[in-house]
Amino acid sequence: MSANFYFGVEVFLNGLMAGVMYSLVALGFVLIFKASGIFNYAQGVMALFAALTLVGFQNGQIPFAHLINAIFGTDLHHFGWHMPAFLAILCALGVMILFAFLVERYILKHLVNQEPIILFMATIGLAYFMEGFGDLMWGSDIKKLDVGIPQGGNIWLEENTAFLGGEDFYGFYLDNLDIWATVLAAILVTSLVLFSQYTKTGRALRAVADDHQAALSVGISLRSIWVIVWSIAGFVALVAGIMWGSKSGVQFSLSLIALKALPVLMLGGFTSIPGAIIGGLIIGVGEKMFEFLIGAPFLGGATENWFAYMLALLFLVFRPQGLFGEKIIERV
Amino acid sequence: MIYREAGDFKTSYAKDQQTFPIAFDRWGYFITLAFAFLVVPFIINDYWINAVVLPFLIYAIAAIGLNILTGYCGQVSLGSGGFMAVGAYAAYKLMTGFPDLNIVFVIFLSGGVTALVGMLFGLPSLRIKGFYLAVATLAAQFFLVWLFNKVPWFYNYSASGQISAPERSIFGYAVTGANALPAVSYLFCLCFVVILAWAARNLTRGANGRKWMAIRDMDIAAEIIGVNPLKTKLTAFGVSSFYIGIAGAMLFAVYLGAAEVGEAFGISKSFLILFMVIIGGLGSIFGSFAGAAFMVLMPVLLKNVMVGQLGWPTDMAAHFEFVIVGGLIVLFLIVEPHGLAQLWRLAKEKLRLWPFPH
Amino acid sequence: MKMTKLAAFAATAITMASPVLADLVFPSLSYRTGPYAAGGIPFADGYADYFTMVNARDGGIGGVPIKMIECETGYNTEKGVECYESTKGEGALVYQPLSTGITYQLIPKVTADGIPMHTMGYGRTSAANGKVFSNVFNYPANYWNGASNAVNHILDINDGNIEGKTIALVYHNSAYGKEPIRTLEELSKKHGFKLSLLAVDHPGQEQKSQWLQIRREKPDYVVMYGWGVMNQVAVQEAANIRFPMENFIGIWWSGGEHDVLPAGDAANGYKALTFHGVGKDYPVFADVQKYVVEPGNAAGAGDQIGTAVYNRGFYAAMLAVEAAKTAQEIHGVKDITPAMMRDGMEALVIDEAKMTALGMPNFGPSFSVSCENHGGPGLGGVAQWDAGAKEWKLISDYAPSDMEVIGELIVEDSMAFAAENNIEERCN
Repeated sequence: MSANFYFGVEVFLNGLMAGVMYSLVALGFVLIFKASGIFNYAQGVMALFAALTLVGFQNGQIPFAHLINAIFGTDLHHFGWHMPAFLAILCALGVMILFAFLVERYILKHLVNQEPIILFMATIGLAYFMEGFGDLMWGSDIKKLDVGIPQGGNIWLEENTAFLGGEDFYGFYLDNLDIWATVLAAILVTSLVLFSQYTKTGRALRAVADDHQAALSVGISLRSIWVIVWSIAGFVALVAGIMWGSKSGVQFSLSLIALKALPVLMLGGFTSIPGAIIGGLIIGVGEKMFEFLIGAPFLGGATENWFAYMLALLFLVFRPQGLFGEKIIERV
Repeated sequence: MIYREAGDFKTSYAKDQQTFPIAFDRWGYFITLAFAFLVVPFIINDYWINAVVLPFLIYAIAAIGLNILTGYCGQVSLGSGGFMAVGAYAAYKLMTGFPDLNIVFVIFLSGGVTALVGMLFGLPSLRIKGFYLAVATLAAQFFLVWLFNKVPWFYNYSASGQISAPERSIFGYAVTGANALPAVSYLFCLCFVVILAWAARNLTRGANGRKWMAIRDMDIAAEIIGVNPLKTKLTAFGVSSFYIGIAGAMLFAVYLGAAEVGEAFGISKSFLILFMVIIGGLGSIFGSFAGAAFMVLMPVLLKNVMVGQLGWPTDMAAHFEFVIVGGLIVLFLIVEPHGLAQLWRLAKEKLRLWPFPH
Repeated sequence: MKMTKLAAFAATAITMASPVLADLVFPSLSYRTGPYAAGGIPFADGYADYFTMVNARDGGIGGVPIKMIECETGYNTEKGVECYESTKGEGALVYQPLSTGITYQLIPKVTADGIPMHTMGYGRTSAANGKVFSNVFNYPANYWNGASNAVNHILDINDGNIEGKTIALVYHNSAYGKEPIRTLEELSKKHGFKLSLLAVDHPGQEQKSQWLQIRREKPDYVVMYGWGVMNQVAVQEAANIRFPMENFIGIWWSGGEHDVLPAGDAANGYKALTFHGVGKDYPVFADVQKYVVEPGNAAGAGDQIGTAVYNRGFYAAMLAVEAAKTAQEIHGVKDITPAMMRDGMEALVIDEAKMTALGMPNFGPSFSVSCENHGGPGLGGVAQWDAGAKEWKLISDYAPSDMEVIGELIVEDSMAFAAENNIEERCN
């Protein structure tokens, strides 16, 4: 077979991996949308905030150091410790749970029964707030995130597949980070499914997702469910923040990964966890293959951003609720 | 006491149905207009015009446009930035392609081009609804930005892809380019705003507006009573894009003078305009103005207070700006989800009864 | 009524200080927030620290103290306009808009207002033609010089023959990133190398496609015009596909510490162009320590001193101060106006003796500005990243770029601008 065919396979595989990275972000959206009908635009910023917090804890940064210095004329920067990654992840998770609690307490509680678009805008307001707040807390310079996940091409795979193609073919290239992301995503989804199927809280979550009012009437506390859902979404954001942050360093642009997740959501459906995964894979493969086959050779490249949306759009025209979304039933 | 309708007798249907049925409102409206046209140009300085008033007027047009689509017709769009880019690039091509064409026509034609593009991207709205549609309009946003960046014809093959507005004038006064007097640009924008707002107000009160609202409230029911959803949705997309295109053309030609598509018309612009509409109030022309004023004025105000008055470091002030604007948005939505326009309505209700509320 | 109240409140809040003519005002349009903050912070710090040092050490320029007004743009064009309008009334002498987008917008405005603008290593390249652009300066180097510098460096490595080699350009898909394409195309005709173009869309977090393509096509060299997060990802991806880092050359905006640090040791050997010195190894930094850091007046967090982009801001401030000095000499007044400042910039001469006297020997190239040429000679050097020591090392002298090719392009582009805007040529 020609080298080109193997290149195609390689692009395909990498597309799958990129798709998993998108799915990680999309998962957080789906969780919150399912439980509360809120399209949480702040998910990307939550990932940024979680990653910032994690790095901050790891390096022993003093939160709000810049602000304190400006007010009191001190010169504080660091506590002077280096926290092990695992402990720092736990601490960051704690912060995200606290965050979920505060969001419920100060925002969601007051917005019950509002129209979806109002809730959506509230999350955008929240995103603005968090952007400024995160920067105030940890500073807006770029930070290196290292929790021990290996990076770089997988050499084993490369050496063992090099014989396939001709001289021009080096063997398949896969990034170790992406492989890790896939494993993590698989664990994450499995545990989410197990959690929602076999625990009491999980069943309550599903009940709320099915019908708010019915769930309320059998004594499920909506408010605590929301805190739990936002906490889980915060955890997912942390995982996404770690994976993306390891790749590019932690900085403002990390919040823009939300835009990569939106086509995935459209395609997979806003309410389906498997949809987020499959949608991510389709978008990942679709945009990479399009760039490989058509974008780069004929259109001058950089087509990925819009192609993902166009693909999802075309798809929606034929299936307006996405791949796995709940069928939209309209009554008059 | 002053603000009341008692003694304000209407003797014809036309009078009963006018936009400002209360005499006090009517007078307030005329006085505001007179003030804006006759007084403001003489007392305002460059800073105010260029930093606050011009963007306010231009964004008000865009907000009215999006309000027609989202507030009146119920179709959420996140593609406004892309449509503004269409307006801007259309204006650029028309200005450089036909140097003799009057700038007024250029801007209206740019709006027309944008309306066509908007209708094209509005087609999927027949199948896709709600948030799915909102996200789908992002396809327009990203595609249009990519297109204007990629195809050199749109920026006349210049080396960098930046477009700059050449000088054009009306009655001998330059309105675009570097030599435009701020007061002239101000009046130019103001004329557009007044005409377009007046048109929008009357459009939304007429048959078309009622159809849009019927679709918004429940599209299936509207279809049953004989509203054609295809035509209605597409006219909403068309009219809305026309406004947004004009705003884009003016943002580029009158306000910025030069633009690059990814920077000036990126996704953040789409969100900004949606914010204006929501903060101001969905389905209200006044709300569009209030929202635009809020979103334009608030950051400038905060910046001047924090940096200019309190002397804070600029970066910290910028971070606080985010925190405060974000917090205020959330607060507004909690306190009054129907926006500033609703607050205004409530205030008027209270005033009507004042000082004897019972 | 609510709106009028709000407006009245705003009116009282937005009061601007009346112009203080006793000071020399240098506005700094910085971006310490937003997606590009990592590059904006060091530049703004360097720009501010130099002025602080001059004020503390020399009591200002020729005895007149400097007043620097910082205004946050967030790299946003509209905020840039606001910043320009709010500072120009204070007697701003020269603008450093620090963003290509803001530059394009300000070109007509500064020309109309008679204020000079200095866009060092960015902005509108053809502004180098002083015949058309009276108030815009972009010495000592611009984007097209950068492209040529990179090619020249590759020529040097290959003993002057790169016939048949492939150079890939990885660029930010925006006005800025597209700048070098024309120059590189011309140069590829001249030197016979193959050029392959790879666009990366903003923000550039996901570049797998581009780097897989590089891995497939195996170009001999990669030149990058990156910006923001794109730089870090590109360096990381290049390391991932084990592209030889010494064959990977970034423009100066891809050559900050923050661009390479996240990739760790893998970034070792990465090269970036520069037109100013890197590191802290100059006598002037002793003054910075003494007059700025020790009294606690360092801008920002004070942790950027000596980084590549900090030095760029520092260098920009030095050029501004030298131009102001020149202006004071020409006009014989201490309190210069923007118009005098413009004359000073046009007559600016920077040579080795001057830089040594300032404690900055070989900090930048020697050059002079003239009425026709606002761009200087386009000298540029190459710095290489040493991941072990975590510092940049200058590995070449400031070498000239191919002005034969670039000069033609500059004339072509600036003439098109002149024709569009009915500008008459100056300097005749």
